[in-house]
Amino acid sequence: MPTETRPLFRALAPPDGPTVALMFDGRPLRAPAGISVAAALLASGISMFRTTPVSGAARAPFCMMGACFDCLVEIDGVPNRQSCLTAVANGMKIRTQQGLRSFDLPELTDTKVDHVG
Amino acid sequence: MSDETNAPVDRFDIAIIGAGPAGMAAAITATGLGASVVVLDEQRAVGGQIYRAVTTAPARRLDMLGPDYAAGKLLAERFGSCGALHVGDAAVWQVVPDGTVHYLRGGKTATLKADRVIVCSGAMERPFPIPGWTLPGVLTAGAAQILLKSADVVPAEPVVLAGCGPLLYLLGWQYVRAGVPIRALVDTTSMDNYKRAIPHLGGALAGWRYLQKGLALMRVLKRAGVPFFTGAEALAAEGDAAGDAVQALNFKVGGKAHRIETSTLLLHHGVVPNTQFTWSLRAAHRWDDMQLCWQPETDIWGALSIPVVSLAGDGMGIGGAVASALQGELAALGALHSLGRITEAERDTRAAPARAALRSNLRIRPFLDALYRPKKANRVPADDVIVCRCEEVTAGAIREFVKLGCHGPNQAKAFGRCGMGPCQGRLCGLTVTEVIADARGVAPAEVGYYRIRPPIKPVSLGELAGHIANA
Repeated sequence: MPTETRPLFRALAPPDGPTVALMFDGRPLRAPAGISVAAALLASGISMFRTTPVSGAARAPFCMMGACFDCLVEIDGVPNRQSCLTAVANGMKIRTQQGLRSFDLPELTDTKVDHVG
Repeated sequence: MSDETNAPVDRFDIAIIGAGPAGMAAAITATGLGASVVVLDEQRAVGGQIYRAVTTAPARRLDMLGPDYAAGKLLAERFGSCGALHVGDAAVWQVVPDGTVHYLRGGKTATLKADRVIVCSGAMERPFPIPGWTLPGVLTAGAAQILLKSADVVPAEPVVLAGCGPLLYLLGWQYVRAGVPIRALVDTTSMDNYKRAIPHLGGALAGWRYLQKGLALMRVLKRAGVPFFTGAEALAAEGDAAGDAVQALNFKVGGKAHRIETSTLLLHHGVVPNTQFTWSLRAAHRWDDMQLCWQPETDIWGALSIPVVSLAGDGMGIGGAVASALQGELAALGALHSLGRITEAERDTRAAPARAALRSNLRIRPFLDALYRPKKANRVPADDVIVCRCEEVTAGAIREFVKLGCHGPNQAKAFGRCGMGPCQGRLCGLTVTEVIADARGVAPAEVGYYRIRPPIKPVSLGELAGHIANA
């Protein structure tokens, strides 16, 4: 599980419009409707979105415009989603991505899957 | 878009990729002369990065962000009523030089066809490879500005802005207006930059006005008590013990070492054309020594060296939002003429005011390019600095590849996966070109760039399989 670090960002003001309910790594969050998943996670004080497949280093959004792919998370079971380009939706389940993607092949659980990026 | 088998593909006179100032202006011009136009954009709402969320921004935010941003609202409103079909949330993953456009939307792939395509892919921030730039809490200034524009999200603790260029000072000014504390502005611009830049200013009144505007921003920052460091060198982001977040910026001014603690470090040293589409189209590019980036070769109407596709906006070379809109207008007129919709005389008459305005608007660029020319040390980093963020390849590793016979970026992929991660070289390409050119002692133009192949946005096999089944 990701370690807790200081919040990087905060909301400038409490939301003045409708909000949606999200789940991040099992933790309930609320976010203003219409903003990106990346903005919602950052505003909620989350500072680690994924760890890299190469060294396991922590990463969080860098460009916020779809270019850097550092904000990749799993959304509703689909991995490698660019959270800066995905709008929040009520009931969305978001998970951090730890290192390499593993394939869902129960009979091959002992097999190491090589990097396929 | 239909999911039925053998469904006819949607057809348009002109397809525009990107709904920023260039794309919106191109659509307004083209629909105004009777063309059917579709505008695809990766964002849900129009505006591009510069006018991000401008259509939904409350008055309070428009005021905080300033008049240049608010000006985008008018353009967005004209676009909204021009009759072009706007398809948001659409990630275009391939443009074919016969007018076929493949895109991904809502987990499904779709295809449309146009007689002309105008790519308005805009700019992205120049890579700023310094030690620790991959740490959480280190973002581009543009990223922080997008958070402010689109979500009212700001740094939790006093922020450090580092680098150079108009966007950095504008963001600082916007933060001051929003009441966000700034711990320091660490400016890499040196007096040498000013000496080199001033001759480019010439007698252009517009240039002096622009300079005054910039100085006014700086005055607001200084009056707000923001500590300034100028001529900063040897920038390095320092991580916490676990390496999970940034905790300080280290740098030197005149040989003296400084360390400023922060949990958010925002980097910026200019923007560069987003050339992912034009490279994937195999269009000709040239290295621009003034802007230190690749620029696609076009004619005066933005037409590329390949059939059917034109270009407008910052993707051609950095000119800013106003110039981009004018280029959009010109590209639309060029496209309409090539479609036989307007005569050559009509094209040229309609283009004349836009061309004059563009000339005057771009007059300031050589000055800005010289003043905010990013330092070599911030473009061609030391051996231990990560260049390829995705595959974590350092500048030192790339120099080793060169010793082993690696001649250019494309070979660097085979030598060590450099540029082969999910960002497809967007965040390392320029650095890799310059690091290899520097190590070989040749010009960047000789070294070249990555061979970019579609899909230029990630498409899963499942999505692709659905696409083929529906084709």
